[in-house]
Amino acid sequence: MSHALFPPLPAAHNTGDKPAPRVNLGLRPGLLVGLALLALLAFVLVLLLGSVTIPPQQILAVLLGGEAEKSSWTNIILKVRLPRALTALLAGAALSVSGLLMQTLFRNPLAAADVLGVNSGASLGVALVVLAYGTTGGALLAGFGLAGDLSLAAAAMLGAGVTLSLILLIARRLESGLPLLLLGVMIGQLTFALVSLLIYFSVPERIQAYINWGFGSFNGVTWAQMPILAGAVLAGLAAALCLGKPLNVLLTGEAYAASMGLHVRRSRQAIIITTALLTGAVTAFCGPIAFIGIAVPHLCRGLLHTSDHRLLLPGTMCLGGAVALLASLLAELPGSSLVLPLNAVMALLGVPVILLIILRQRSVQRSFGA
Amino acid sequence: MMPPALTTQHLSIGYRPARRPPHVLAQGLALALPRGQLICLLGANGSGKSTLMRTLAGMQPPLAGTVLLAGDALHQLDPSARARRLSIVLTERPHLGLLNGYALVALGRHPHTGWSGRLSPYDEAMVRWAVAAVGAADLAERPVMELSDGQRQKLMIARALAQEAAVLLLDEPTAFLDLPRRVEIMLLLRQIAHQTGRAILLSTHDLDLALRTADALWLLAGGVIRSGTPEDLVLDGSFAAAFHEDGLTFDRASGGFALPAAAGAPVVVHGTGLAATWTRRALARAGRVALAPDDPAAAGTGACLEVLESATATVWHLHQDGHMQRCTSIGQVLAALPPVSPAPA
Repeated sequence: MSHALFPPLPAAHNTGDKPAPRVNLGLRPGLLVGLALLALLAFVLVLLLGSVTIPPQQILAVLLGGEAEKSSWTNIILKVRLPRALTALLAGAALSVSGLLMQTLFRNPLAAADVLGVNSGASLGVALVVLAYGTTGGALLAGFGLAGDLSLAAAAMLGAGVTLSLILLIARRLESGLPLLLLGVMIGQLTFALVSLLIYFSVPERIQAYINWGFGSFNGVTWAQMPILAGAVLAGLAAALCLGKPLNVLLTGEAYAASMGLHVRRSRQAIIITTALLTGAVTAFCGPIAFIGIAVPHLCRGLLHTSDHRLLLPGTMCLGGAVALLASLLAELPGSSLVLPLNAVMALLGVPVILLIILRQRSVQRSFGA
Repeated sequence: MMPPALTTQHLSIGYRPARRPPHVLAQGLALALPRGQLICLLGANGSGKSTLMRTLAGMQPPLAGTVLLAGDALHQLDPSARARRLSIVLTERPHLGLLNGYALVALGRHPHTGWSGRLSPYDEAMVRWAVAAVGAADLAERPVMELSDGQRQKLMIARALAQEAAVLLLDEPTAFLDLPRRVEIMLLLRQIAHQTGRAILLSTHDLDLALRTADALWLLAGGVIRSGTPEDLVLDGSFAAAFHEDGLTFDRASGGFALPAAAGAPVVVHGTGLAATWTRRALARAGRVALAPDDPAAAGTGACLEVLESATATVWHLHQDGHMQRCTSIGQVLAALPPVSPAPA
């Protein structure tokens, strides 16, 4: 028996001789700076590049409140590129964080808003507003005014929240894994059926608007809508940053988490509300955007080499923003006047990542914690 | 004498299936978990071992009665207060992947840290102490993903220790480990109980190991719990009664389980050394009775085996049907004996 080797209990208060070295938790917060710089770089690129070439000093002048040499340049920067860059940054951060929250909540490495049908739930909310709203006007997000925008966002968040709660309710009776993903497919089908019914009884212009919205875009958000999007996303991201501690213990599973003092039900509710806020706001204004929610959290775990959410959350925000900005840049095909549907670009970027995840399923399951 | 860390009063455990009467597994339990001891909870499958553990851990409500943690009703404590008094280790193996060992153990400080989970110098000292206490300091900077099951379970125990709770409940924590790892963890837990004064209750299927390491046993069978020192429970027959099953009986003399009775013709074994002992075991395993030369039944026995041990080699001389066969291994002896006819069903 190694009784003598058993270490003495630490003193309740530091005896004050010299501070003990910090425990190595394997965290490298310095890498966050790199990710933040990456997001900043992508933001600048989106401002710089586009179908029209504008000199950088002109762009800077406009951003500082001045005028460009050509008034068209001022218009392009203030009405197109700046809102697009802000939207992409916010949407990328929001969708990536919502993916991270869902992956940990459902203990499933392939969970994300699009896979679980949360996007579809939000779409149903949007469809209800767009196709049933009694106002005239073709464009989806034009002509509704502030009340329209607000009800659009609220309907999408509600749709996302209801879907998430439904999934959680059923998922607790299922094994995490394939059944959960099938459940997401079923919910997607169900909402698609409801949307089809709505479309069937709607007028052609609004149907066209709804279909365009479905391609996904960071270009449609006006300055009038920006406060709603930014407000909801920033509130959601702030809430997510406060969830690092509960998310970390949830990695051990609900039984262990409860035994370590986590109020499991309350934490689940907080995670669901935060996810619904983030997914709903982005889906309402940018359409259902796929893949980014699954891929970015995995990329971030790999880059930061940790599962600690206190690092993953800010890291995922930066990386998600950067990836969305780069995707929007690719969709614009700089130097040409073509614009690709955003979801097509997202799929081209995201599918390889997801295939890699599936092929390396075993190690992902282990590194992820499911 | 310190008061027990955990007690139960009139505790009934079981399930409440929907729209049916509750399924009671045990009732009227008055248990006391003393500090500074390792108690093993034993019981056959289906006896309610897991239900009792889950009820004592607050993961499941009791059907009736109360569980008291140092006098306070367990099921009325809020999760955080409960976590500061009671910690658990389960069979399930959460994959924590990219967390390293220290980060995993630091999760145990959850009920003691603020909203952000930031560790104070004292929290860090506790984490370091808990890791050292389970002897895992050399593993703790590696990602948990790279560790073996046994190493990970040690860290899960360290995590429970870092929680600084007076009571530690472990539900079959060694079920998936190999024998050396099981022994190591049992000895570790006993040492923790003795040295830190924690009350440790561990449920296990490992009867032999529990008999050898536990300070006391709780035997759950037929809805009642018998508790006591392992040896007392063996001597008064409680142990045998709790595990009495068809064809498997607890042998008080050897402290192990006796296999179904031998069916083959007996063999008289001459010899007293180590090789003779293992020869008798081999014969018993092959379904034969090994008789001592002075056994009254040995007189009319046909087969006779001499085990001749020397410093250089051991040989077996098998006398049967009037001639002698020289064997150089137990395997040859078993092969030379006539086959045992299967016992009638």
